[in-house]
Amino acid sequence: MTTTTTNKEEVFIVREQDVVPLRNRVKDYAIAAGMSILNQTKLITATSELVRNLLKYGGGGRGLIEALVIGRDNGVRVTFIDNGPGIADLSLAMKDGYSTGKSMGLGLPGTKRLVNEFAIQSELGKGTTVTIIKWKNG
Amino acid sequence: MERIPILKMGDFLLVTIQVDLYDQLAENLESDLINTVKKYSSKGVLIDISAVSIIDSFMGRILGNIAVMSKIMDAQTVVVGMQPAVAITLVELGLPLNGVISALNVEKGMDLLRAKMYNSDDEEQYDYDDNE
Repeated sequence: MTTTTTNKEEVFIVREQDVVPLRNRVKDYAIAAGMSILNQTKLITATSELVRNLLKYGGGGRGLIEALVIGRDNGVRVTFIDNGPGIADLSLAMKDGYSTGKSMGLGLPGTKRLVNEFAIQSELGKGTTVTIIKWKNG
Repeated sequence: MERIPILKMGDFLLVTIQVDLYDQLAENLESDLINTVKKYSSKGVLIDISAVSIIDSFMGRILGNIAVMSKIMDAQTVVVGMQPAVAITLVELGLPLNGVISALNVEKGMDLLRAKMYNSDDEEQYDYDDNE
């Protein structure tokens, strides 16, 4: 089955206050996809974690929100794109409790647990792209 | 700068978070609360998060910090009204908020704070009796 994108928009993230509008837009998409309150909350929390990374480590960037349809299932895909320094060791960054900053290192592994699909690509000196998908009934 | 209001009610402080938090706002709340505890020698802090639809690892850590800091300042913190979806999400994220005392609603939270206050008064009373 092919995945089709029915609606999309891009939100630029340069300062901390931009986080709230992005979260709200993701919520609108989640509601439009028919997600339960719990799945909405998981998706928005995952968004909040990733957008913090984007600001803190990537120096800002953009978030791409897409409404997905695959067969009879609906979902929301959010892609976070930054042109920051990139991540040197991806497998280490995905480990619970690992952090180069002062946080608890829950960000990436915790976020992965909240969504259905999680992909991360990073190139040193070029930037990092993180993609998450939450399905309506996932 | 945007700030979350802190209300003084007798020995307690009451905070109702009615807006979606972002990091700076949460950090301001943390320092404002601890300063206000000191200013009024408050014995308890009640934080109502019933209108908060998401808490991520950063805000969760701030809540934990507030609980620990206020305890050091001799004040109890009770977090009330957490939405079920927020509680489930926090645990799956890996942040079970250990050390944060919670209650279902403001009324129960107030009861809990009062009970804790009177209990600690009793303990002091017993200590005094022992010395005699």
